[in-house]
Amino acid sequence: MFRYTKLTLLREIGLWVLALVFLAPFYFLVTTALKSGTEMYSTSPLALPESLDFSAFVDVLTATGNSNVLSGLLNSAIITAGSILLLIVMGSLTGYVIARGTRRWTKAAYYLFLVAIILPGQLGAVPLYMGARTLGLTGSSWGMVILYTGMLLPVSIFLYSNFFRGLGTSYEEAATIDGASRFQIFSKIVLPMMAPATGTVTIFAGLIVWNDFFTSLIFLGGSENQTLPVAMYYYIGSLVSEWNSIFAIVIVSMIPILVLFLFAQKRFIQGFAGGLKG
Amino acid sequence: MTVTSQSTSREASEPASGQAPIGQKTEDSRPGRRGNGSKKPSRPQWGLEFGHWWWALPGIVLVFAVHYVATGIGGFFAFTNWSGIGSFEIVGFKNFEAIFNDPTKIRSLGNTLFFAFGSVLLGNILGLLLALGLNRVVKTRYALRTLFFMPVVLSPLATAYIWKFIFDFDGPINVLLTSVGLEHLAKPWLADPHWAVWTVLVVLTWSSTGFAMVIFMAGLTSVPNEVEEAAAIDGANLWQRFCHVTLPVLRPAVAIAMTLGIVQGLRVFDPIMALTSGGPAGATETLATEVYKQAFALGNFGGGAALALVLAVIILFFAVLQQRLTRSNPED
Repeated sequence: MFRYTKLTLLREIGLWVLALVFLAPFYFLVTTALKSGTEMYSTSPLALPESLDFSAFVDVLTATGNSNVLSGLLNSAIITAGSILLLIVMGSLTGYVIARGTRRWTKAAYYLFLVAIILPGQLGAVPLYMGARTLGLTGSSWGMVILYTGMLLPVSIFLYSNFFRGLGTSYEEAATIDGASRFQIFSKIVLPMMAPATGTVTIFAGLIVWNDFFTSLIFLGGSENQTLPVAMYYYIGSLVSEWNSIFAIVIVSMIPILVLFLFAQKRFIQGFAGGLKG
Repeated sequence: MTVTSQSTSREASEPASGQAPIGQKTEDSRPGRRGNGSKKPSRPQWGLEFGHWWWALPGIVLVFAVHYVATGIGGFFAFTNWSGIGSFEIVGFKNFEAIFNDPTKIRSLGNTLFFAFGSVLLGNILGLLLALGLNRVVKTRYALRTLFFMPVVLSPLATAYIWKFIFDFDGPINVLLTSVGLEHLAKPWLADPHWAVWTVLVVLTWSSTGFAMVIFMAGLTSVPNEVEEAAAIDGANLWQRFCHVTLPVLRPAVAIAMTLGIVQGLRVFDPIMALTSGGPAGATETLATEVYKQAFALGNFGGGAALALVLAVIILFFAVLQQRLTRSNPED
């Protein structure tokens, strides 16, 4: 039963054909980006480029002002890394206390985070903007890091506290008997064990922050700390169907995430399928 | 990602003896999967405490400010006529009356629901078919899974630009149609008020299919081989096996994938801004794009907040529904 038959081979070939059709957008993406401006207008969009032309990429990487892609890339990297770091530190500490707590308030706090996950963000966007403007945090990378951390913290606390609950306390009990302080227990015993939860939090938060356009458009639009999606939006806004340039910047924005995905695809997929499992 | 029954049900069965509570998810009760997986998580006895309460303080304060305070203030401004600067008055339900008397807002409400339900329905059907196709014996299933999942990790903005080109009047779709003699079908897809919504739907479906597929693939691993074999030996055909063996096992996965997709789909903003900016003539406007335009572009904070409140209530409704669906796992 369920052996590899001719029918399975047929199914496998069919799936590959489907995958090629499904990923055809990438073919257009790459071929168009490598065409020169004149070639793009004169040849069919389906055709391969006659000669490789990297001028679109040069244009993209040397753009200045509102659409400075390189500084967008750098800002995105800083903001993403900062948010992930803060989410790991605050998420694990809070999640740990919530998971191990025996007092009544820890349970209340758990529900505080649970409800915050469901609470839709749209309504808070306007007041958050007002608040950040008053505090002078709009247009600053630090403000963005704090904002993203606040937005994604409930999910990471939830992931961490569930993880710690599943871990059991025997190691920590043993360490207590050996006279370790609470901080030592956390840093020497809990911290090294929480890698799987940290991996999930990193992937989730990294993907959301790196790809986010809405929040960074509102909070960073027009400032010099724009993230890549916002820079991309402005850059493309200044082009009228110059698809080779548009696609050059799209490719530049995709490379980091695609490379990461192809390297850690198993973790990515497990994180997605597992993060929402009951 | 979600929030779930497991933790709460665990808490409820906490005082029980040393066993894992019944009805726990397979993943966790599988023995020896991760070190302590099968051990019941126990609270420290004899008043032993781990960590200090103040470790949690920054997290609690930040979440309270960013989520609760902000949402509360946003709810308040929904009942004012604030423009974003200067003074304001409380206007009661006027903003909401304005929304429901404005055909363009009603249209964007309809679009929001259409995109959310449409993309989830199509994405889940395609995802299920792919998952079934990739299930068992296919040798390259992991490579294929990676390929089909790829669109999910891409930024919606970048994805939207690629598709904008594909549906461009001089783009590949129209060139392809013309080359096979169907030039009468070629049209400016995204500039045509009738076709724009369907075009956007295609793009949204493309990005969400891989996500549904992954959930279904995970669900399919819990369909016992033996049961399906037994059914096959008893003469059940492929369709019968799917309806009576596979589908019942998949039901929780279907519920999760659909409600989660709807909650995500209701907020859709980035791809629409990139594809059409809500055009042509408001044909693809959604609540999220309207909120942005009202509050940040048109300086109508009060009206934008009211729209956001409407959107929030809709999202909350489906989120709660999802909680209920994932909580009540029928023990088939």
